[in-house]
Amino acid sequence: MKVAILKGGRSLERGVSLRSGARVEEALGRLGHEAIPLDAGPDLVKELIAAAPDVAFVAMHGPGGEDGTAQELLEILGVPFTGPGVAACTRCMDKVLAKHELVAAGVPTPDWFAFNETAFREMGAADALGGMEERLGFPLVVKPSRGGSALGVKFAASWFEVPEALISAFSYDDRVLLERFIEGRELAVSVLGSEPLPIVEAIPAGGDRYDFEARYEIGRTRFECPAELSDAEVAAVTDTALAAYDALGCAGFSRVDLILGEDGAQVLEVNAIPGLTDTSLLPQAAEAAGMSFEDLVERILDLALNPAAA
Amino acid sequence: MPEPPHRRRAHTRTRDLERYAGLFAERTRVMRSSAMRDLMAVTARPEVISLAGGLPDTSTFPPQSFAAQMTRIAQESAAEALQYGPTEGFEETKDCILQVMGAEGMLPEPEDIIVTTGGQQAIDLICKTLVDPGDVVVCEAPTYPGAVPVFCSYQADVVQIECDADGMRVEELEGVLERLAAEGRRPKFVYSVPSFQNPAGVTMSFERRRRLVELARQHELLVVEDNPYGLLRYSGDPLPPLYQLDGGDFVVYIGTFSKILSPGIRLGWMVAPPPVMEKVVLGKQASDLCTSTLTQYFVREYFAEGRWREYIESLVEIYRGRRDTMLESLRGHFPAQATWTEPEGGLFIWATLPQYIDTGDLLAKALREDVAFVPGQAAYVDGRGRNSMRLNFSGVNEGEIREGIRRIGKVISEQVELYGALTGEHPVTPPPHEETEDTNVLPFRKAEGGA
Repeated sequence: MKVAILKGGRSLERGVSLRSGARVEEALGRLGHEAIPLDAGPDLVKELIAAAPDVAFVAMHGPGGEDGTAQELLEILGVPFTGPGVAACTRCMDKVLAKHELVAAGVPTPDWFAFNETAFREMGAADALGGMEERLGFPLVVKPSRGGSALGVKFAASWFEVPEALISAFSYDDRVLLERFIEGRELAVSVLGSEPLPIVEAIPAGGDRYDFEARYEIGRTRFECPAELSDAEVAAVTDTALAAYDALGCAGFSRVDLILGEDGAQVLEVNAIPGLTDTSLLPQAAEAAGMSFEDLVERILDLALNPAAA
Repeated sequence: MPEPPHRRRAHTRTRDLERYAGLFAERTRVMRSSAMRDLMAVTARPEVISLAGGLPDTSTFPPQSFAAQMTRIAQESAAEALQYGPTEGFEETKDCILQVMGAEGMLPEPEDIIVTTGGQQAIDLICKTLVDPGDVVVCEAPTYPGAVPVFCSYQADVVQIECDADGMRVEELEGVLERLAAEGRRPKFVYSVPSFQNPAGVTMSFERRRRLVELARQHELLVVEDNPYGLLRYSGDPLPPLYQLDGGDFVVYIGTFSKILSPGIRLGWMVAPPPVMEKVVLGKQASDLCTSTLTQYFVREYFAEGRWREYIESLVEIYRGRRDTMLESLRGHFPAQATWTEPEGGLFIWATLPQYIDTGDLLAKALREDVAFVPGQAAYVDGRGRNSMRLNFSGVNEGEIREGIRRIGKVISEQVELYGALTGEHPVTPPPHEETEDTNVLPFRKAEGGA
């Protein structure tokens, strides 16, 4: 089978995407497929038309490849592709939009406020920040709405740290959210088709936060898979994750990140196209389920070509 | 003969990762990659104007001259140029080094010189020779970003001394030495780039140079002087290198051909007192046996032509223009809340922004405008420098410098304005278009948080 791998692109997660793409390319080679790696640039459409692949494996992360843009092009060209469709990607990429959908579907997610830059620049939104302390408390988390790999995510311990954290988050996106900080265990549930994979817990070494470096540097984070949880906890976390996956309309595969605190599991975000690097969580979960990386790649391709098989 | 079957590396699985993580040496714990390194993957896009590199402009090196030299080597010395060479380097290479050092008034003994694989290897070798885990190394704040990972990989306890427009605050060093002495510790060496410092662009004053050398004698302390840019001066009067002031007793000197000829040839050198040199040679033997003989032959041929000083003069002309363009653009496009250094030479300008702007995050915004710089944090071991950036003016042309600075100025101004809207404290001050009594020359705000 001829498989185009879409990777790279212009997003800040370009480096991560190139690693995901290279790993998929290797696996496709071992599976006996013809892999055509494409670094998403101005000639992407031309290259796709020339390559005429049977299916496209989208291994892009961040805006451009994970927000529905590349998916829209693939739909226009009539090339089947891996992972969620345009609408689901759009919803997952934008954390604010995703949280609204989650709340509407009754899926727990930490309380938040969202602002875009215009609100501060032109509508005096700073005056609305006053109510924030009461509703969210400190510390709180400041995040760009569309971003990945924890880039631009800051913690504000007090009111005084909020403006600086906002400035950082606004460097990545013109919309940011202030989110209640939930103390708890970092869990990830990857979903393949409609099947949840074993839960992965990320335990950063030495009490670090699970930030960009902790995500991709070998040895910085210990991963437990399957996570040590009671049967009841596993059931609750998995149900919450599947509810989030469905609420956002995901298909093919995605990864739901949750925090398990005192009040149970809450969804932080859903990654439409989770990382596939050596240190990424989806491949680890698949492995715990007895699937090799090749099995995983083959299954993802199957789901792209026969969505009904989910 | 049939081709051997293509064997692919077995796939890395989770337990492999754990197995490797279990094998890693203790020192790799401090060898950290960073989000910034990943962002740099984006700066490689051709449409990005990168003021992030430290690249000299090699485009003006005459290709005919390069071809003639390499041809001569091939015809006359192929066997020798392709062979191993002495660990210390060829005598002929040392002759070239003596000419370069002579141009700045230094006259070392040839046997005190070792030819290294770039100045970077010299930094590595001096650490390898002197630093045990936990030993104190003193350097400037900010310091050369490329030295940070070297110090860290030898698990040095790095103490950084603030710089101002006159370079390292040597008087602060005195206090640090006293404090360390009270703890029964003594630094293995003080690392400094006294002229046109990377990244700050500042130059240590004559007074401070003299005082630093005095302190070294008093405390029997080694000073490692890294001087890659000494001959690239665009204004002001030359200052004597520390090595010259000291005479080579307590100063270890590092030089390089990277900025005056080519970084691609990977040729640098170190000058050290004989007892230190003896160990350094053994260390180099273990690292790579010898520096590339082929490129040493190239340097020999190039110096034999006798036009190396002319070439440096041509570089000085080009870089002076680029520095002036960058300074002018900074005055035109950076908001009044920013300050920056005015280097008399070298390759870099260091800009400091209001404290609420994290330049690591700002880089993400700048990259959307297709422009890049080095966030200041890379020049510190302790997370300081978050509101500073290093700007390179040697690697891109004047048009690109103007456009690059305009774009960076725009993203900074947007953040300053946003902060004003958030706090109501800082009204936006437009950049002073008229050249006023320059308040921007004072490059460094006071050490933040008493660090």
